[in-house]
Amino acid sequence: MKVRIQTEDFDANEECARLADGKNNIGAIVTFTGLCRDEEGRLSALELEHYPGMAEAKIQEIVEQAETRWPLQGVTVIHRVGRINPGANIVLVVTASAHRRAAFEAAEFLMDFLKTSAPFWKKEHLADTKAATETGWVSAQDADDEATKRWQLKE
Amino acid sequence: MKIYYFAWVRERTGRSDETVTLPEGVTTVAELIDWLKTRGPEFEFAFENERFVRAAVDQQLVSHDTSLKDVNEVAFFPPMTGG
Repeated sequence: MKVRIQTEDFDANEECARLADGKNNIGAIVTFTGLCRDEEGRLSALELEHYPGMAEAKIQEIVEQAETRWPLQGVTVIHRVGRINPGANIVLVVTASAHRRAAFEAAEFLMDFLKTSAPFWKKEHLADTKAATETGWVSAQDADDEATKRWQLKE
Repeated sequence: MKIYYFAWVRERTGRSDETVTLPEGVTTVAELIDWLKTRGPEFEFAFENERFVRAAVDQQLVSHDTSLKDVNEVAFFPPMTGG
């Protein structure tokens, strides 16, 4: 399966090996791992929510777009959901191509679109529960939208 | 028709999904939101700033002027923050 949404952790090395297995035409593999980041002990955990069905379909659609734009020998995308502790994995993107540029660009493209157009939402659980005056839902970042726009094909 | 709510829209409405029969005159996503808001303060709260609420119709992200003709499933949620 190219696209997986799961509560369990993943192993980037294992996924790389799985993608390359039996193929000798791959010249470059790029892996991106997104981690749950804590800033000075503020965060207790992240809660990842998704829209089952649409989330899988949307990632699949983004993968297909990447495969149309770059000559890829393989793609794996894994997105975790549920409660994720600081330091733990959230998302994995692996791209394989004959040459590095396609693998790098495709991985970046996939991450930019994953962040802005796949139906996932992050909620922060704070270590200091007294400080949690807000609802905890992470706001969408304009910088992520800008990052996505740079992939628009010129007419 | 099935309606799903996610993230803070789910928390504000106090439900993750429900099945509704659209009343006469509700033909677009925007009209559905207007009607939902008449159902109680929790819905008014969830949709108080409509432009921050995204909508998907049959699992496709759409604008609020989209028609609900032959639609099985509508979902409301905040801008996405995955990755």
